[in-house]
Amino acid sequence: MPTNHSSFSIDSHEVPFKNGQTIMDAALAAGVYIPHLCHFPGISPHGNCKLCTVRTGTRYVTACTTPAKHGMIIESETKELIEARRALTQMLFIEGNHICPSCEKTGNCTLQAMAYHLGMQDNHFPQFFPYREVDASHPTIWLDRDRCILCNLCVRASREIDGKNVFAIAGRGLDAQLIVNSSSGKLADSDLSPTDLAARICPVGAILIKETGYRTPIGQRIFDRHTISEIDLEAIILAETASQNE
Amino acid sequence: MNDTKLKIATTSLAGCFGCHMSFLDMDERLETLLEHVSFDRSPFTDIKTVGTCDIGLVEGGVCNEENAQVLRQFRANCRILVAVGACAINGGVPAMRNHFSLQECLEEVYLNGTGIVNPQIPADAELPLLLDKVYPVGEVVKIDFYLPGCPPSANAFYHLLQALIQGKTPELPKEILHYD
Repeated sequence: MPTNHSSFSIDSHEVPFKNGQTIMDAALAAGVYIPHLCHFPGISPHGNCKLCTVRTGTRYVTACTTPAKHGMIIESETKELIEARRALTQMLFIEGNHICPSCEKTGNCTLQAMAYHLGMQDNHFPQFFPYREVDASHPTIWLDRDRCILCNLCVRASREIDGKNVFAIAGRGLDAQLIVNSSSGKLADSDLSPTDLAARICPVGAILIKETGYRTPIGQRIFDRHTISEIDLEAIILAETASQNE
Repeated sequence: MNDTKLKIATTSLAGCFGCHMSFLDMDERLETLLEHVSFDRSPFTDIKTVGTCDIGLVEGGVCNEENAQVLRQFRANCRILVAVGACAINGGVPAMRNHFSLQECLEEVYLNGTGIVNPQIPADAELPLLLDKVYPVGEVVKIDFYLPGCPPSANAFYHLLQALIQGKTPELPKEILHYD
């Protein structure tokens, strides 16, 4: 079978793929959006947010970690999966402290945009209101764990792209939290720089660059102008963060 | 009074009245709206007790015993109860006190904060007792519909009320769905 002609179908779109590509990579390359929060093109997949869960045959798999296979028939935008994605997003909201009106990331936040995309009108589940530490020690970078969704993107970006090892997720279940690899555990004592991808990749308002807040007024931000289902949005998000950082 | 008009009650619990201001931002559309609705208890009428209503709009979360009492009265009297705005839906900015104990909050505000003269924690019997946390309204009573936003835009209010007046299930279009 010639590699270049391999394909699978997703919600009746025919998607070509190259050997080694995941369902997610092939779908995004073909312009087919699969909802995702912890996936970022160019960074190894982690499969922890589960929003990209799709159905193939009788199985449910995460599109970002599952290699594409020729002839696969994949369902993604089904009522059942959309409802499951909405419930997952609601759980992400109630497990942290996501107070959009007081967050600098509002309008640029991928979690918020995902909730808009899924038509989330309430949080459904009781709020946890957990207590989480803020780390304001770094002169130019702010870490607010209230908003962290443990997507692991900063951990992977730091290790794979920046060639550093600034972040990790420690603890399990409700105790899981983002920790900083430095002698004091504080960002100020780490080697994180505001130009690192790890400092700019955060999909929510957990890692923010200081002294750049509200440069773009609310109402003119990324998701006031784009919907999350637009392909290649990650590049737009990074470009906007980089320009804010100048 | 026209009996066919729907009765609306509105209240602001632990909110800032921003949602009520946004409601008034419907401007001239309020005139059309008033052909179909009349107001019961509301800051717009200054009526103090809620009667039997078709629609209750609740702004703000539940931060004290009076909020809880008003909310329960709204639930008992309103056929359709709508949580309006971020604070009603998830506690919003007032719920940021939930990270701290009530005692810590009171001490910071009334005893240890900056510029305090004659420090004492207020204990007047007239003041409603504060709850341990600020609660979303949906954790206290059943809510029928949610109108997100801080505040929900005038368009969002209009959309919701148009649907309810026409007896339809409100479905907020994605382009006017906002949490900020």
